[in-house]
Amino acid sequence: MKVPYSWLTDWIAVPWDAAGLGERLTMAGLELEAIEPAAPQFTGVVVGEILSAEKHPQADKLRICRVATGQGEPLQIVCGAPNARAGLKSALAKVGAVLPNEVKIKAAKLRGTESAGMLCSAKELGLSDSSDGILELPADAPLGAALRDYLHLDDTILDLNVTPNRGDALSIIGIAREVAALSGGKLAGPAVRAAGAAHAQTVAVHLDAPAACPRFAGCIVRGIDNTAATPIWLRERLRRAGVRSISPVVDVTNYVMLELGQPMHAYDLAKLEGPIHVRFAEAGESVTLLDGRTAQLQPDVLLITDAAAPVGIAGIMGGARTAVSAGTTSVFLEVAYFAPDAIIGRALRWGLTTDASQRFERGVDPAGQQRALERALELIQSIAGGEAGPLVLTESEAHRPVRAAVTLRRAQLARLLGAQFEDRRVRAVLEGLGMRVAPLPEGWRVEPPSHRFDIALEADLIEEVARIVGYAAIEERDAVAFERVRALPEAAPSEQGLLEVLAARGYQEAVNYAFVDPQLQQRLFGDVLALALANPIASDLSVMRVSLWPGLLRAALENQRRQRDRIRLFEHGARFEQRESVTREIDTLAGVACGPRMPEQWGLPRPMREPADFFDVKGDLEALLAALSARAEIRFEPQSHPCLHPGRAARVLREGKPIGWLGELHPSLVRSMEFVQVPVLFELDWADLALDRPAYREISRQPQVRRDLAVVVDESVPLSRLAERVALVASSLLRDLRVFDVYRGPGVEEGRKSVALGLIFQEFSRTLTDDDVARLVAAVVADLRVSFNASIRE
Amino acid sequence: MQELSSLVEQALAEVAECAGLAALDEVRVRWLGKKGTLTEQLKSLGGLPAAERPAAGQRINDAKARVQEAIEARREALTREEIERALAAGRIDVTLPGRGERRGGLHPVTKARLRIEALFQRAGFDVATGPEIEDDFHNFEALNFPPNHPARAMHDTFYFPDGKLLRTHTSPVQIRAMLERGAPLAVVAPGRVYRCDSDMTHSPMFHQIEGLKVGEAVSFANLKAMLHGFLQAFFEQDLAMRLRPSYFPFTEPSAEVDMSCVFCGGEGCRTCKHTGWLEIAGCGMVHPNVLMASGIDAERYSGYAFGMGIDRLAMLRYGVNDLRLFFENDLRFLEQFRTL
Ligand SMILES: [Zn+2]
Repeated sequence: MKVPYSWLTDWIAVPWDAAGLGERLTMAGLELEAIEPAAPQFTGVVVGEILSAEKHPQADKLRICRVATGQGEPLQIVCGAPNARAGLKSALAKVGAVLPNEVKIKAAKLRGTESAGMLCSAKELGLSDSSDGILELPADAPLGAALRDYLHLDDTILDLNVTPNRGDALSIIGIAREVAALSGGKLAGPAVRAAGAAHAQTVAVHLDAPAACPRFAGCIVRGIDNTAATPIWLRERLRRAGVRSISPVVDVTNYVMLELGQPMHAYDLAKLEGPIHVRFAEAGESVTLLDGRTAQLQPDVLLITDAAAPVGIAGIMGGARTAVSAGTTSVFLEVAYFAPDAIIGRALRWGLTTDASQRFERGVDPAGQQRALERALELIQSIAGGEAGPLVLTESEAHRPVRAAVTLRRAQLARLLGAQFEDRRVRAVLEGLGMRVAPLPEGWRVEPPSHRFDIALEADLIEEVARIVGYAAIEERDAVAFERVRALPEAAPSEQGLLEVLAARGYQEAVNYAFVDPQLQQRLFGDVLALALANPIASDLSVMRVSLWPGLLRAALENQRRQRDRIRLFEHGARFEQRESVTREIDTLAGVACGPRMPEQWGLPRPMREPADFFDVKGDLEALLAALSARAEIRFEPQSHPCLHPGRAARVLREGKPIGWLGELHPSLVRSMEFVQVPVLFELDWADLALDRPAYREISRQPQVRRDLAVVVDESVPLSRLAERVALVASSLLRDLRVFDVYRGPGVEEGRKSVALGLIFQEFSRTLTDDDVARLVAAVVADLRVSFNASIRE
Repeated sequence: MQELSSLVEQALAEVAECAGLAALDEVRVRWLGKKGTLTEQLKSLGGLPAAERPAAGQRINDAKARVQEAIEARREALTREEIERALAAGRIDVTLPGRGERRGGLHPVTKARLRIEALFQRAGFDVATGPEIEDDFHNFEALNFPPNHPARAMHDTFYFPDGKLLRTHTSPVQIRAMLERGAPLAVVAPGRVYRCDSDMTHSPMFHQIEGLKVGEAVSFANLKAMLHGFLQAFFEQDLAMRLRPSYFPFTEPSAEVDMSCVFCGGEGCRTCKHTGWLEIAGCGMVHPNVLMASGIDAERYSGYAFGMGIDRLAMLRYGVNDLRLFFENDLRFLEQFRTL
């Protein structure tokens, strides 16, 4: 909210300059967002009066004016403004004046005519973004006075951020109340005189929804001139508060709202038919608003209606039919209290946030209607004339909001804040905020003022005390420590430790959005169910990811575009699995690798310069899983997956339980996504990455014996089956089985492969003899021949 | 006999000429071996009168010893030369790069998060987590946001058609932690949060960490001490901190937390918009309605809560000046944070 410092000083003596005030308000919870001068710097501009304005002989659009400044001879000024006319008082920049943006005014010749200065528009003085002529000052403006002094332009505007709980602070009087509480000063607003009624005409008001609208003050003003000029002081205040001047009636309603926080509405009496009702809308009703839009109404929307139809949405915006215009001569003024519950959330349905709705949603003082109406009547009459009728207050006493008294306990205040305050100080703070305070044995009974909607609980009062005393006054104090050993489950691996395994193997952690492009997701996963956002920020960020792969592949592509040929990325985050209407959020660790096996370097054997494939990433996964368990059985089972190469995809199983996937991206996707190198992908469920506590096993002191076998089998025989048989036959004597070569080519028939196995034997209690080993090997060989039609290569 | 001295001369000359250990061995065998020239000389002693034999034998043995000595000296020299040659041949360029994998690393936001978690763990907090898809109850209602409340509009919430939403803050974990664990408790809850807002300084997804401590005498003064201690420890600087009254529906009193600018020390610079202060967190005492909604006796217990942007802390700590860099996954950026 924009608060002109000078306007505030109408209401209270402010003991700080504008910057100091901003600091104090910030530290009391009304954050200063910006502070700016009311007008940019300029000098040498005075009030001048145009004595005559003649057409320039050489230019149609220029006028030669004689301008009086109250001193010496009138000056000759050439002016192009259409409103330059004799009798007008305006802003004259004399020779030597400096206008905003360092524009210096010099004596000049315009089309051969001398000009001793310049008549200025509001825009030229930085008082407006646009102007259609020179500034028009009232006839009583003192000739020759410095314009800055006359318009009090050496003013400062404080832009305050008012939090949603502080509807009471959305006004000059509200800020003045805060200043009073902080400074100990007293409010002294402009006196409002209650004028007597000059006529007896009234509009009947019926409160059909008294809980939503328990108070409605109304008054008719007849015979006004709504074409009269709003005085410059009032327009200046509106401008500084960020409100455009429209017409006297509208300007006054805005002015009073800004000053007292009470929104009001003026109806053109000539267009209003019969009595007013305040009621909730009926299904199917609609109203055309001031801004020309037609709003469809729901039954929870509060309306103002006349005998014919709705004339406005209560507390949000008036209707077009009864709008005040330049031709309006009589108005009916509405100053009502609408309960926040009846207003909240409604305006947004039509994309509106109005000054009125903003205030009613947060709470308008239910006791302020009469004063606001009197203030408005006084201002309207002083500007546009007219005669006011009786001020009629329609009220449902039973529904008038009451502020319940709240008990503040001394002990609770000290306990919650961790600080002690003197009783005197507490009471002074609360009273300074307009609360009625009565002492109780345990503390105080506090009755909040009618404008404070946010005080209902003891904690609310504690906050008020802390806020006004200042949070800085509460000293930091260390808590008494929790002396209790907390659980540290060993089965939960350290996240950092696990991620570091991947980092050590060259992977860089990525962070992708949890919502992805539905098209990309569909290309990868087919018609998988994905949870769609109702209000995405972009169509390519509109569905929740079912896997971390869409994000990782995209990140890999981006890096490929940045000329990276070797990419290793991983991510740890949630994926969202959708089964019918149930969403499962699954903590996931996933990665992608593409490009050479090793970073480019010297002295690397050729095979290590090849692009990484399934087995390189399998090695990474095995390292990761080995960091978790020395004994868990890990299997990679061939299984097809929609986005993986059908012959190069595997389900990862730990102790028989599927925990993830590993595979190379499907060749058709490699092509369509324009990958230069084949990405290898993995994904694991984090919850299945439990740590197995190591358990010591006795070490055998006996020597190991190694025998190597080259077993030739059909291509279709997987190593896992060979290993199973070997383990079965050699049973407990087999300590380890290593694969040290897989060979295809000369010496091995087409369709077969030679697998070189290193068998390591060891007996726990004795040394194996050559005979023992020979028998074992013979048994293994015999079994493999039978089981797999294997032959042994010499 | 008369030839002995010339034989020795000849043997010594041959030893001196030897260029390698093998040649030297040949020379040794030829002169001192069982059938070596000098060894053979001993056999001629038999032809001498008995009285001369000892002296002659002595001369021959002296001659052998001289040659043996020369051979040993030569062997030593040759061995040394050989080692030196081997060393010279084995010299490498130690400035060539080492071989193998190059390290990757963790994301800077993860690094910052782990550091924050560790600091709070040292202060007695547990790490808790909660779902990213939340319901209205946990994200708003239990946190004292009434339906249609203007404070909800400030949250720019992503919704799903069934009314669920992407959590707009980590505060719902407060509710879950209190419902699950009861009082007393102290948890921090880091995680991803979402707001439909995207520009220079906003990302639709970002990271927060929530802190919650509930106990029998947990006070605002404790909250101040904890936050100040944390900020000083995280930045390893003697920072000033101030709390400004603010409004969050789920805390009362509520405060915004400012710390003195880590770049200018409070003098004023571009990062702190020349105020000397950086807004770094929101905090307050847990609202009694929130305690009650979470099944905690608000008369017996009180609590404080705070929330911070992890991304912002990471930016300030590592000097990153554009939030969007965190989500672009540019390796040139990520690789700068490879250290442990
Ligand atoms: Zn700074």
